This record gives sequence, structure tokens and C-alpha cells, in this order.
Amino acid sequence: MSVNIDNEVLIEVKDLKKAFGKNLVLNGITTSIHKGEVVAIIGPSGCGKSTFLRSLNLLEEPTDGTIFFEGIDITDVKTDINRLRQKIGMVFQQFNLFPHYTILENITLAPIKLGLMTKEQAEKKAKELLIRVGLPDKENAYPQMLSGGQKQRIAIARSLAMNPDVMLFDEPTSALDPEMVKEVLELMRELAKEGMTMVVVTHEMGFAKEVASRVMFIHDGVIKEENTPEEFFENPKDQRLKDFLSKIL
Amino acid sequence: MSTFISEIYDNFISENRFLYLLQGLGNTLLISLFAVIIGTTIGFLIAVIRASHDKSGSFKVINAICKLYVTIIRGTPTVIQLMIMYYVIFSAVDAKILVAVLAFGFNSAAYVSEIVRSGIMSVDEGQFEAGRSLGLNSKLTMRFVILPQAIKNILPALANEFIVLIKETSVSGYVGIMDLTRGGDVIRSITYDALAPLLAVAFIYLTLVVILSAGVQKLERRLRSNER
Repeated sequence: MSVNIDNEVLIEVKDLKKAFGKNLVLNGITTSIHKGEVVAIIGPSGCGKSTFLRSLNLLEEPTDGTIFFEGIDITDVKTDINRLRQKIGMVFQQFNLFPHYTILENITLAPIKLGLMTKEQAEKKAKELLIRVGLPDKENAYPQMLSGGQKQRIAIARSLAMNPDVMLFDEPTSALDPEMVKEVLELMRELAKEGMTMVVVTHEMGFAKEVASRVMFIHDGVIKEENTPEEFFENPKDQRLKDFLSKIL
Repeated sequence: MSTFISEIYDNFISENRFLYLLQGLGNTLLISLFAVIIGTTIGFLIAVIRASHDKSGSFKVINAICKLYVTIIRGTPTVIQLMIMYYVIFSAVDAKILVAVLAFGFNSAAYVSEIVRSGIMSVDEGQFEAGRSLGLNSKLTMRFVILPQAIKNILPALANEFIVLIKETSVSGYVGIMDLTRGGDVIRSITYDALAPLLAVAFIYLTLVVILSAGVQKLERRLRSNER
């Protein structure tokens, strides 16, 4: 799959470290993510891949190192992280829809409360997004009435309502029943095709192979290897990665 | 039968003695209502401050003060707090009802704050993260994402606290307020009959609590219905 990758750097990570107490989870990660890229992050559980992803919008505060988003150092205490987060969408493993709001309210809450859109504008946009994720008839439903796959598609729509420049996916299909994985991956594939910059922590090797423009292997808190999917899967160099791939493929 | 009727007559009808109960009920309701308002307002404030501190480490000093406040209030009897308020802190003020409202309100706030805090903690951490990841600051996330869910979870416990508060006001007589309990007492001291006035007072408290519970139950059902 060919992807147009701008040279414009969207996220730049320099020597990122994160410790929980004495446990060093990220041990110096340096990488940059360009506009239009789809980066798939894989690795064994507990390797730090989710922590890395969550650092990118400061849900985890780094112990050391810097992260630049569109040229702004988000680890600087003077940076208004709330403003930047509006541009960094996030999709969670557990969906985290707001159970006390309807689907429409879930999608329009942030744009309205942040004063980015009027109620009418936000609802118009939400309805368009619902059509796009294939759930136009669910606007008045509550999250509880939806299947896992539908919830995750709504969660993606909720992120898209903010017009993000990049979207972070934290194992978006890991909590889904097998038959629902496809509908979510299909939607992500479309997003990628439309040029959305995406960083995806995933166990779906098929998705990494077909959709990602770059695959990253994290182990023991560092990037052991990153490459185009072809090279990454056909010709892995790191021994750990070889072991990992031999276990899962 | 005739003794029963004459008892009712002596205790409540004769010389319009039921007015003692009526006046007492009025004061009990007045104190309870405003104490609930004060208690809920301050209680929510304390809970949000303490929960924010637990989450992000902010409000260090205020959090410590809140913690001390809750410890002192919960560690001492309400009637002592009421008397300290009346005889010490507001000894120069001659507004018994107002002092009682403040005393019971401050008392209830400590309990409400712990109830609300437990409600906030019962909301999944992912809800907070989802709100923050959309760019909502912690205040907006608390207000529109966390608190609505927390309140739904704590409604039964809050109702319980309000019930306790209504009954707790029965010690108002200690500072000479004519509340419902004191009203019954006054009748008893006139007629030297304990049974009828006490039963009447108990029955009125029970009625208040039953009405309150029914109201809360209705509210609970309405809040839950939108999830199905």
C-alpha cells in the first residue's frame, strides 16, 4: 500500500524515559512521526508500547526526555496541554464512551464545551461522522445498547469530531469479540487511506502488514527495530523480534 | 375508647397544644432544608478538591485542611458541635435557628464529602482519560463526565445522609430551639403524658423520612432509565 508521506514532522520524540517507581518502563525512545504516516507499534505485553503511546498526549508524564508536537514541546510545564490534546485524537482499548450521554452527545460534548462549534454545527458534523462510521441510526442510542465494535466506531467518530492532526490507537481491537474486529480495522484502514496520521499499538499483524507505512518493535522500553512492513516482517534483524514473530506468526 | 379520645384531646386539641408540634415541625424542616443545602454545597467542594488532589497532586494545602476538617467533624458528636457553635463561636449572636443551620450544615458537609469522594472514585479512570484526551481540562471533565456518573452512583448513600440529618436535628433542643422533638417535650411537660406526644413526634419523623425516600427513589429511577 502506498502512502503519501510528507516530510513534515508531526511528532518528535527525544530520549523519552518513563519510570513507575523504580520500574523503568521506557528507557530512551527516540523517533519521529511524519504527517500522513501510519505507524504500527508491536511488542510483547509489558514492553512499554502502551506507555509510549500514552506519553504522546501526556496521559503518562515522562520522567525524562522531550516530545515535540507540531514544533511545541509538550513536556514543558508552560505548554497548554489541553489545547494540544484537541489536535491529538485518542482511541482506547476499552472505548471509554460516556455512558450517561447519547451517542450524539458523546460526539458533540467536547467541541461544544470547548467553544469550538455551536450546538448546531457540532450536531451536523456528528451526523456526518455517524454516516462515515456506518452508524447513522444510532444518534439517540446510549453506549450500553451498542456492541463492542459499534462502540469503538463511535469512539473513533468522537475523536474525529475534534478534527485531530494525528490519532493514537491503544490496542483498539483487543477488547472486541473476533467477529467485530474487522469492522473496526476496516474503518481504520479507510482513515489511513484518507491520509490521517496514525500511531497504532496493535496485536493485529495483518493490519500492521497491510496498512502501516512503518512498523515499530518495542522491547524492554526501547525501539529494537523499525522498518517498512515488508522489510520488518520478511527480513527482521533483531533477534528479539525474530523470536517474537516466530511465536505469533 | 373514651380514654384514647380524651388523651388525644388533652395532648393535642386542648389549648391548641398541637401548635407546639406544628411550630416544631416548621423549625425542623427549616433547619434540615438549609443544612442540606449547606452540607451538599460544601461537601461537593471538599470532595472535588480531595479527589483532584488524589489524581494530580494539586491543592496540597487545601486538601490537608479539608482532611483535618472531616476528621474533626466526624470524630466529635453533633450535639457537642452544636453547643460549641451556639455557646462559644456565636455566643454574641441571638439567632438560634441560623446557628443550628450552620452547625448541622457543617456537620453534614463532612459526611457528604466522603460520600461524593467515593462516588468520584467509583467512576472508571478511563472516563477521566477520555475526557482529558479530547482536550477538556480537569474542571470540565469533572463537571460533564465524572460528576454526573458519580452522583448517580451515590444517590442512595446521599439519601441516607439526608435522612440521618433530619433525625439528627432532634438535638436542637439542647440550645433551646423549639424543634419537633422539643415540641413534643413541651406537651409532655404540660400534660404529664409521655405516650401520645412521643408517638406523635415519632410518627411525624417517620412520615418525613418516607416522603424523602420516595422522592429519591423516583429520581433514581429517572436517572437510570436513560441507560436502557
